[in-house]
Amino acid sequence: MGAITRTFANNITTAGVLLPGAFENASFNNVTSVQSGAVGTGAKTFIASATLSSDATVDFTSGIDSTYKTYIFYFINIHPATDDVIFSCQFDTGTNTNYNQTITSTFYAARHAESDSTNFGYITNRDQAQGTDFVKLNYDAGNANDEGVSGYLKLFDPSNGTFVTQFLARSSGNGYGGSGAQDSQVAGYINTPTAITRVRFKMSSGNIDSGKIVLYGMS
Amino acid sequence: MSIAASLANNLKTGAVFKRTAVNNTSVSSVTSFAGVSAGALTLLATQTASSSAQLDFTSGIDSTYDSYIFHLNNMHLATDQAHVQFQADTGTNTNYNLTVTNTYFRANHNEDDSLATVSIDAARDQSQGTGFIQFMSAVTDENDSGSSGIIRIFGPSSTTSVKPFLGVCNCHHHNPGSDVSRNISIGGYFNTTTAITRFRFNSSSGNIDAGVIKLYGVS
Repeated sequence: MGAITRTFANNITTAGVLLPGAFENASFNNVTSVQSGAVGTGAKTFIASATLSSDATVDFTSGIDSTYKTYIFYFINIHPATDDVIFSCQFDTGTNTNYNQTITSTFYAARHAESDSTNFGYITNRDQAQGTDFVKLNYDAGNANDEGVSGYLKLFDPSNGTFVTQFLARSSGNGYGGSGAQDSQVAGYINTPTAITRVRFKMSSGNIDSGKIVLYGMS
Repeated sequence: MSIAASLANNLKTGAVFKRTAVNNTSVSSVTSFAGVSAGALTLLATQTASSSAQLDFTSGIDSTYDSYIFHLNNMHLATDQAHVQFQADTGTNTNYNLTVTNTYFRANHNEDDSLATVSIDAARDQSQGTGFIQFMSAVTDENDSGSSGIIRIFGPSSTTSVKPFLGVCNCHHHNPGSDVSRNISIGGYFNTTTAITRFRFNSSSGNIDAGVIKLYGVS
């Protein structure tokens, strides 16, 4: 007992603070949580989130810079206020608020109705050819409670000052009028070598009734 | 005696240490908290291309994770119309010629809006082939060209199953008439029951001029 006491005393400073020798990994086996930021939380780092409630637009105006190579937005249960609309996004540079970057993109989708009819193919009125409109992220969405859209948008290397910025998006949901499952795949490039710093989301018409958008950085 | 008194001041009734008993130095020997989640994605390695003939990932792919993800950011090739491609190998082998069967389809949309299609491209897939898997096709060497995307490999350490993979990317393809946004999807399997331990990325012709590839483990 005396030997343990003497050893323990060697692990204490004169101010009564415990030194590294007093702890090992096993000392913390019963610890199940620590304060946010106290330890690394893996490669995907939470940056920001927005919970939507009758919002015309949702802007992410900070956190997109050279810290990460890839940024991922998850949009979850986006529910429009207006029937038969499209969830969409655009981008801007610096502190600009025009959200009208030049984009060339593709759009194709697989659809499967609850009545068992199916469609698959390229959809030309959902893409852009050097356009400055908002990027359409789903085929269509209704405002019934069983309709809406969820999915992700990935931006690759948006802070690169030499090359254009590529993006990939995929969404799923029950389409307008209960038209069934829609798997929409969208990809393209923002045709500017200027760093992209901000993203705006909105519906093609009316407000976003409810939903959540979360932004992560990939280290 | 004074140390003992100081320590006593850092103890609560029940002999539990107060926060004043511990500082960052106290836990500088602690390298893990067994009960604290470290997140679902773990960055394992980063390779940055700079006029590189190939980028090899030769460690970190084992039984630690069930699946692994490569993020390819702004891949830019030195040779016009070349492809970003990849292969895998087992053990410490460096042949990179595993047997592969895969699909390849792509959506194309050009900037003058004269092309908008989605289709299988049978010329770019493999049927029990041992060549490199074509992923980002016909990438050009201009600054506004390039490609970004993701490859996921499932269960590479299995010794009883083949190794499925999925990939999706978007390319800015320079076309003499009108540049093209090209969304490419691949899926297939390495037809081996030997554990896969390494991957090689290269260009079908010339060097990889620039780009960053990151490898993550998915827990």
